Amino acid sequence: MATMSFDRTPAAPSESPDNKVYFDGCRAGKLILGKCLDTGKLFHYPRHVSPFTLSNNVEFVEASGDGVIYSYSVARGKEPFCVAYVTLAEGPTMLTNIVECDLDALKVGQKVKVKFRATEGDGAPVPVFVLA
Amino acid sequence: MKNPAYIVGAFEHPTRKAETKSTAQLHAEVAYGALQDAGLTAADIDGYFCAGDAPGMGGLSMIDYMGLTKLRHYDTTESGGSSYVIHVGHAVEAIIAGKCNVALITLAGRPRAEGMQTGTAVRSAGVGVPDESFELPYGRTIATMHANVAMRHMYEFGTTSEQLAWVKVAASHHAQHNPHAMLPKVVTVEDVVNSPMVADPLHRLDCCVISDGGGALIVARPEIAKSLNRPKVGVKGWGEAYKHQNAGGIDLTYSATKFSGPMAFNKAGVKPADIKYASIYDSFTISVVVQIEDLGFCEKGQGGKFVADGNLISGVGKLPFNTDGGGLCNNHPSNRGGMTKVIEAVRQARGEAHPAVQVKNADLVLANGKGGNLGSRHGCGTVILERE
Repeated sequence: MATMSFDRTPAAPSESPDNKVYFDGCRAGKLILGKCLDTGKLFHYPRHVSPFTLSNNVEFVEASGDGVIYSYSVARGKEPFCVAYVTLAEGPTMLTNIVECDLDALKVGQKVKVKFRATEGDGAPVPVFVLA
Repeated sequence: MKNPAYIVGAFEHPTRKAETKSTAQLHAEVAYGALQDAGLTAADIDGYFCAGDAPGMGGLSMIDYMGLTKLRHYDTTESGGSSYVIHVGHAVEAIIAGKCNVALITLAGRPRAEGMQTGTAVRSAGVGVPDESFELPYGRTIATMHANVAMRHMYEFGTTSEQLAWVKVAASHHAQHNPHAMLPKVVTVEDVVNSPMVADPLHRLDCCVISDGGGALIVARPEIAKSLNRPKVGVKGWGEAYKHQNAGGIDLTYSATKFSGPMAFNKAGVKPADIKYASIYDSFTISVVVQIEDLGFCEKGQGGKFVADGNLISGVGKLPFNTDGGGLCNNHPSNRGGMTKVIEAVRQARGEAHPAVQVKNADLVLANGKGGNLGSRHGCGTVILERE
């Protein structure tokens, strides 16, 4: 049995000075990660403070957009869709949707790639993933 | 009197749908119930503990509503459903520090009367919450986030839906003896796995109920506990810990109980095998499996096997749990199950649980709470209680 994912429109993300770099990246079709320059470690979600050292010594880098499904669930109902954690090729894991897929055939470990989806109203697009 | 403080009063509100009562009234009613249980009066309270379910600014409005005039210690630690388990530890510490003698902890709420879709609606924690810009667009809910934990547990450890179902089956065996339980009917593994899927791999019967009500506890210093005509239930160990998304270093296989549990066991000087009864926070069946592993009742990854075949049923298995029916069958007041976890552990330690589920010689019991979201940010509290 196949259940195609409902093509839902994500709610618009709340934007702030802290996440502007990330959502400006989304508008440009880029998936942005934070990088702590004190430790060299990457992080998600991007913010202007390092979650490793609390310093402002951070920069923002573009991720490849490749990843694997770390875990997932399917919200059942009339309009079923997938809420998943995807581990990016660069290391960090992020919450997202897996879209345009057979919800009954998803598996942990499947390779996925990013795609940007428009949100409600004038909201910034957000990264979702499709099977690679 | 061997312990630093004692739970001298415990009361669970009997309502499950409070259409005619306000949240403030429920808080006050459970406070009165716990005072009556202890044999104390409102004038004895000099410490008050509450969390985000209390209406008003922290607990100030409830202090006003209840007319508390002798307070010299006040704590509004908010960690969702685990808050009240953590409050017990904080109350003990406050008593040790001489900040209060008689601590009141209250919880109450009416999500059922208000028609709340607790687990399946996208809910925001407020304005300016930094993580929500990265979560709300994806329609994440309490159910889908816990389901992500379950799916990963199945992937890493081979846990099955049938094993998870045993948690619900055990809870239902206990709930049949509780006249207040919302779901008193005994269910089978088949009933659970054949119930409608809510969020893969969690079925409807893997999820807790939505209920109104509340509960309260009174924690007092040893001299006061000694003067009261109630069984002596001492707080022997306590611990709290917090877990989050770790900057993207997500590992859904464990909860903050991995840290709060050992703190409580070390403080109590006992080990998991010594525990006669455990209240385990059961927002979903998977929540119980993860906490049981993190508490050390079995190895990490073996929780599915551990809970199977009735191992959590009182009189049948090795670890009788949630003998009131828990959140899965009895109630989950204000969507926060930590209070009722402590209350049933107190009943067991006193020997006052329903005779059909009372554990023999339950002189060492545990209550564990998890609050927030198992799949993202949460806090856990563990308490170990000793009947003297």
